[in-house]
Amino acid sequence: MALQDVCKWQSPDTQGPSPHLPRAGGWAVPRGCDPQTFLQIHGPRLAHGTTTLAFRFRHGVIAAADTRSSCGSYVACPASCKVIPVHQHLLGTTSGTSADCATWYRVLQRELRLRELREGQLPSVASAAKLLSAMMSRYRGLDLCVATALCGWDRSGPMLFYVYSDGTRLQGDIFSVGSGSPYAYGVLDRGYRYDMSTQEAYALARCAVAHATHRDAYSGGSVDLFHVRESGWEHVSRSDACVLYMELQKLLEPEPEEDASHAHPEPATAHRAAEDRELSVGPGEMTPGDSRMPAGTETV
Amino acid sequence: MDVCTFENVGIRGTNIVVLGVEKKSVAKLQDERTVRKICALDDHVCMAFAGLTADARVVINRARVECQSHKLTVEDPVTVEYITRFIATLKQKYTQSNGRRPFGISALIVGFDDDGVPRLYQTDPSGTYHAWKANAIGRSAKTVREFLEKNYTEDAIASDNEAIKLAIKALLEVVQSGGKNIELAIIRRNQPLKMFSAKEVELYVTEIEKEKEEAEKKKSKKSV
Repeated sequence: MALQDVCKWQSPDTQGPSPHLPRAGGWAVPRGCDPQTFLQIHGPRLAHGTTTLAFRFRHGVIAAADTRSSCGSYVACPASCKVIPVHQHLLGTTSGTSADCATWYRVLQRELRLRELREGQLPSVASAAKLLSAMMSRYRGLDLCVATALCGWDRSGPMLFYVYSDGTRLQGDIFSVGSGSPYAYGVLDRGYRYDMSTQEAYALARCAVAHATHRDAYSGGSVDLFHVRESGWEHVSRSDACVLYMELQKLLEPEPEEDASHAHPEPATAHRAAEDRELSVGPGEMTPGDSRMPAGTETV
Repeated sequence: MDVCTFENVGIRGTNIVVLGVEKKSVAKLQDERTVRKICALDDHVCMAFAGLTADARVVINRARVECQSHKLTVEDPVTVEYITRFIATLKQKYTQSNGRRPFGISALIVGFDDDGVPRLYQTDPSGTYHAWKANAIGRSAKTVREFLEKNYTEDAIASDNEAIKLAIKALLEVVQSGGKNIELAIIRRNQPLKMFSAKEVELYVTEIEKEKEEAEKKKSKKSV
């Protein structure tokens, strides 16, 4: 407007994300300091460390996570919920800084709700992922840490997007996020098929998180399982991680002849491991009692 | 000021949307190709306007930018209703601010949404918009609208060709020199905007005239 230009008046920004958030780039640091280095040296140590996973299959999207919130070596909360519902057909698994995740999900909920009212229909999962990554990329370099997988069912069926706070946005069929993700990926990559039945999918998700909690120090507590269907999301179960892992081990046990065949090469393995210590870096810990180690890996 | 209050007609068929405009006769030394009244806003949306050409240029430019911004922020192409609402909101802003005058154009916006439903909207300078099955804007909008009210039936829009012919017939009611002064554009579902060349329009016009003659003959036979 002509008069406004003369008076230099700014209309309030109702189109952008919440006015309650700080301006992008508005972190107050001493003059002369680069915000990023300042934060690295003096900034608050924030909570990280988790295992979350999500995968997409014929009957929807499965989201599973552990429930341990750790702050360094201190367990802040053993029963937190890392899967946040956004709306009836959209869930987000959260990893990174719990506070950042919670805040940004509330902002995303607001954006999607406003758009639903304006347009008459909910935005697609792709739109939600785009909005979230665009909003967060404005705060890049300021130590925001949100690594999340958006799981939803929209007009094009089950959809899964990975969004990271530097602005990364990827579509995929399987994502696992967090410190326990390498362990979860191992199990997921082994057992994933698009045409799984619902029960198979539940079992796979529980198995993957349980194995990750077994090995990763920052994951543990319980295993939360969620399923996004065409009719909306559903909280399937919360099971204790240790109990779950022991049950999975029991399923593997009943094969006595396999144990006997492994008993003979074991002393030789331990002997060789002692001799060639510098070479035995490869296949993980070759503990003598590890009966599941296949005989074929003893190569020198 | 170059005022274009010539006729515009929009028809919403079952699988097609048609926009027809009356072309004004071009001066001898003027290059005809630079006079375009039907403009694409995106691959699946286009609009025609009646009113001040210069104002229309500004609105169309803003709408085109908004179509792409929408795709950037939200990943999906605009729905026809969204872009119509954007244009209408823009027009309304200019009716409620100091130091500015309203945009002097009415627009017909047509297109297909992602779900495959055809749409036709009309906006006016005050910033209101409505959805229509068929509408006309311009100098003799009333006459054309009455013609459309009489002739827009389920049969009339049953096929794409019939819908196109209905648009041309509506325009021929008021256009002085026949097919030469008609510009036509269509959008079919999942296909980009197609502008008709003068020859293609002539083909339709001859077909319509033939049908008219046959109808006349039948009538005269009956009366005899």
